[in-house]
Amino acid sequence: MLPITTLHYLVVAAALFVLGTIGVLTRRNVVIVLMSIELILNAVNLNLVAFSRMWGNLHGQVFSIFITVDAAAEAAVGLGILIAFFRNRETINVDEIDLLKW
Amino acid sequence: MHSAATATDFFFLSRIWLIPLFPAAGATIMFFFGRKLQKTTVNAVCVGAVVIAFLFACFTVLDYTHFAHGTGQPYEKSVYTWLGSGDGGLTFIKKDGTHAAFNVDAGFLLDPLSAIWLLFVTGVGMLIHIYSTGYMAHEGGYYRFFGYLNLFMFAMLTLILANNYIMLFVGWEGVGLCSYLLIGFYFHRKSASTAANKAFIVNRIGDAGFILGAFTLVWYLGSFQFTAINHVLRSGSFQIGDPVLTAAALLLFVGACGKSAQLPLYVWLPDAMEGPTPVSALIHAATMVTAGVYMVARSNAIFVLAPTAMKTVAIIGALTAIFAASIGLVQNDIKRVLAYSTVSQLGYMFLALGVGAFAAGVFHVFTHAFFKALLFLGSGSVIHAMSGEQDMKFMGSLRERTPTTFWTMFIGMLAIAGIPGLAGFFSKDEILWQAYTKEGTAYHFLWFIGFATALMTAFYMGRLIFLTFFGKPRMSHEVEHHIHESPKSMTVPLVILAIASVAAGWLGIPHSLGGSNQFGKFLEPVFAKEEPVLEAERPAQLAAGEKEEEHTDPMEYGLMGLSVLAAIVGLGLAWRAYAHAGKDYKEPIAEKAPPLYRVLYNKWFVDEAYDYAFTGRRKVGDVRLGVLGLGEASSWFDSKIIDGVVNDAGWVTRAIGTLSSWWDKWIIDGLGVNGPAILARMLSYPARLFEWGLVQWYALVMTTGLVGFALYYVWK
Repeated sequence: MLPITTLHYLVVAAALFVLGTIGVLTRRNVVIVLMSIELILNAVNLNLVAFSRMWGNLHGQVFSIFITVDAAAEAAVGLGILIAFFRNRETINVDEIDLLKW
Repeated sequence: MHSAATATDFFFLSRIWLIPLFPAAGATIMFFFGRKLQKTTVNAVCVGAVVIAFLFACFTVLDYTHFAHGTGQPYEKSVYTWLGSGDGGLTFIKKDGTHAAFNVDAGFLLDPLSAIWLLFVTGVGMLIHIYSTGYMAHEGGYYRFFGYLNLFMFAMLTLILANNYIMLFVGWEGVGLCSYLLIGFYFHRKSASTAANKAFIVNRIGDAGFILGAFTLVWYLGSFQFTAINHVLRSGSFQIGDPVLTAAALLLFVGACGKSAQLPLYVWLPDAMEGPTPVSALIHAATMVTAGVYMVARSNAIFVLAPTAMKTVAIIGALTAIFAASIGLVQNDIKRVLAYSTVSQLGYMFLALGVGAFAAGVFHVFTHAFFKALLFLGSGSVIHAMSGEQDMKFMGSLRERTPTTFWTMFIGMLAIAGIPGLAGFFSKDEILWQAYTKEGTAYHFLWFIGFATALMTAFYMGRLIFLTFFGKPRMSHEVEHHIHESPKSMTVPLVILAIASVAAGWLGIPHSLGGSNQFGKFLEPVFAKEEPVLEAERPAQLAAGEKEEEHTDPMEYGLMGLSVLAAIVGLGLAWRAYAHAGKDYKEPIAEKAPPLYRVLYNKWFVDEAYDYAFTGRRKVGDVRLGVLGLGEASSWFDSKIIDGVVNDAGWVTRAIGTLSSWWDKWIIDGLGVNGPAILARMLSYPARLFEWGLVQWYALVMTTGLVGFALYYVWK
C-alpha cells in the first residue's frame, strides 16, 4: 500500500483551501461564507499538522490549536454582528451589505 | 439784655407756638365733624378759633414789647428739632468744603417784623371770618369754607412765625394749598377749577425758585435759621455783590414773584377772583399775597449784600405797579379791578424793598391790608346787593340803597388814592420819596413810574366807585328791586376796616409832617444797617450826602404835593367821565382811543402770549409755539432726524450684512471651501469605482492578487 506522505496531506489541504475560497467568493449567505472561512482555516491547520509530523516536533500542532481557538472567537463575533445586522436590515445576503465603502 | 430765666416769665410769649394751633384745631374739627354740624356751631368753632388767636396774638405782642424793651431783640423759641439731629448726626458739605449739621427746628421767631404781620393777619383775618358768616350764609359747603379759612390761618401764621426758611416754606406751601382750595371753592364751575389750577401751577414755578434759594443759602452759610444767617451776614465777612448771595437773593425773589403776583408770574391773581369774595379779600389781597414781601423783608440781610438783586426787585416792582394799574383802568368786573389794583400795590411794595426802604414797604403792606380788605369786602357787599352781578356796566346809583357799603368803600378809595390824612397817603408817599432819594438817575425814573401809577390808581378807583354808586341805575328791574344793605355781620367789619384804613397811617407819619414815624422806628432793628455800603463806597456816599442835604425838605414837600395833585386829578377825571353814566353808558376810553382800550381790556394779551409760549393752548395754524412747540419740534427732530440717522445707519449695516452673508455663502464657502471639495470628489470618482462595498469583490481582488504573486514567484 502506498505510504501516506506529506505531499498527500498538502494536496488534500490545497483542495480544502480552494473549496473554502470558492465558497467565500461565490456564496451569498453570510453563514455559508463564515463556514467557508472555517474550511480555509482548517486547510491551514491540516498543513501545520502535516509539517509538524514531517519535522517530528509539536510546534505546528500547538499553532493549530491556537488557530482553532481563534476560529471559535471569530465565529462568535461574526455571528454576533450577523444577528445585529439581521435585526436592522432583515437580510443576511452579502451582496446587499454594501455600506462599507468610500 | 434779658436772661433766659426772665423770658419764661412771659406767659403768652413763651406759648407763642399755640397761636397757629387754634385755627389748626378749628380746621381739624371741620375736617372730621363739619358735615354734621349746625351753621351756628361752625361759626362758634371757626370764628372763635380766630378770635382767640387774635387775642392771644395781641397779648403775645404786648409781652414781646416788655421782653424787648424797644431794642427790637428777636424772641426765639424752638419747640423741638424737626429735621436733622441736634448733635450733628446728619451733616452735609458746605460750599467751603466743611461739614455742617443739617438742622431744622419747629422754631418760632417773634421780632417787630413778624409782630406786625401777626397782628394784621389775625386782626384782618378775624374781621373777614365774621364777615363771611354773613356773606356765605346762603351758600353750600359752609363748613368746608370755614375749615379752609381756618386752615389758611394756620398756614399763614406758621409762615409768619417760622424762625427758619424750611418752616416758612411749610407755611408758604400751606397758604398756596388753601389758596388753591378756596379759588376752586365753586369747583362745579369749570372756570373756578381752571383758575385754581392756574394759581397752583404758577405758584409752583415761584416755589421752585424759593426752595433753590433756601438751599443755596444753607449750602453757602450752613443754616436755615434767620437769626443765624443774619448774624453771619452782618459780621462783615462777605463782599457786597457776592455772586452766591446774589444768586440766592434772585432765586428767593422768584419765589416772591410767584406768591406776591409780580411780573411775569402775576397772571394767576386776577383769575383767583373766581373764589368767594371774602377769600379774595383775605388771601388774595390782605395777607397771603404779601408773603413774598414778608419773605424778602425777612431776607433783607441777603438782599443788602446783593445790589443786583435789589435793582431787579425795584425794577420788577415798578414795572408791575404800572403794568397792572394800566390794565385796571378799563376792566368792568368790580373784583378784577381790585385784583389788578392789588397786583399794582404789591408792585409798590417791591419797589420799596428794592430801593432798600424795607420799613416803607412793610408799612405799605400794613396799610394796604386794611384798605384793600375793606374794598374787597365792600365789593362783596355790592355783589351781595346786586344778586351776584359783578359787572360795573350794570350797576350804578347804589349809594342811597347801601349807604354803609358806600361810605366805607368811599373811605377805602380815598385811602388807596393817597388823599392826605388817610393810610395810603403816608405809606405810598414814603415809598415814592425813598425811591426818589435813592442814589442814581435810574431811580428818578422808577419814582416817575410810581408817580404815574399813583395817578392811574386814583383814576381806576374813582371809576370803580363812581360807576358803582353814582350815575343812573343800569341793572334790570328784578335786580334793582332786590338791592338791599348787607347784614350787620358784614357791615360791622366794613366799618372797623374803614376806621383802620384812616388810622393805620398815623402810625407812620414822617418827620417832615411833624410825626415821628413810630412804625419805622419799631421796625428799625430788623433791617440790616447799610454800614458795609458806606465802608465800600465812602466817596460816592459822601457826595450823595451833600446833595441830599441841598434839597431834603423842600423836595419832599414838593413830591408830596405832586402825589396829592395826582390823586386829586385822577379822582377828578374819573368823576367827569363816570359819575353821570346813564343807561346808554359807553366806556369813554374805548371811544377816544380804541386801540389802546383793546390792548388794555385784553390785559396786554399776556394770557394769550402765555398760551402761545407755555401752555400750548393756542397754535399758529397747526404749529405750536413756545415751550410745548419747542418740545414738539424736539420730538420731531428726535423721531425724524436722530432716529432717522439711527435707522439709516441700521439699514446700511443690514445691507452690508446681507452683502457679506452673500459673499460668505457663495464666494468663501462656495469657491473657497466647497469648491475644492467638489473638485476632489469629481477627481476621486474613478478611484471609487473599485470600492463599491461588496465584501466578496474585495475578497476576489485580494485572492486574485495573492494568486498572482504566487504564480509570479512560482514561475520566476
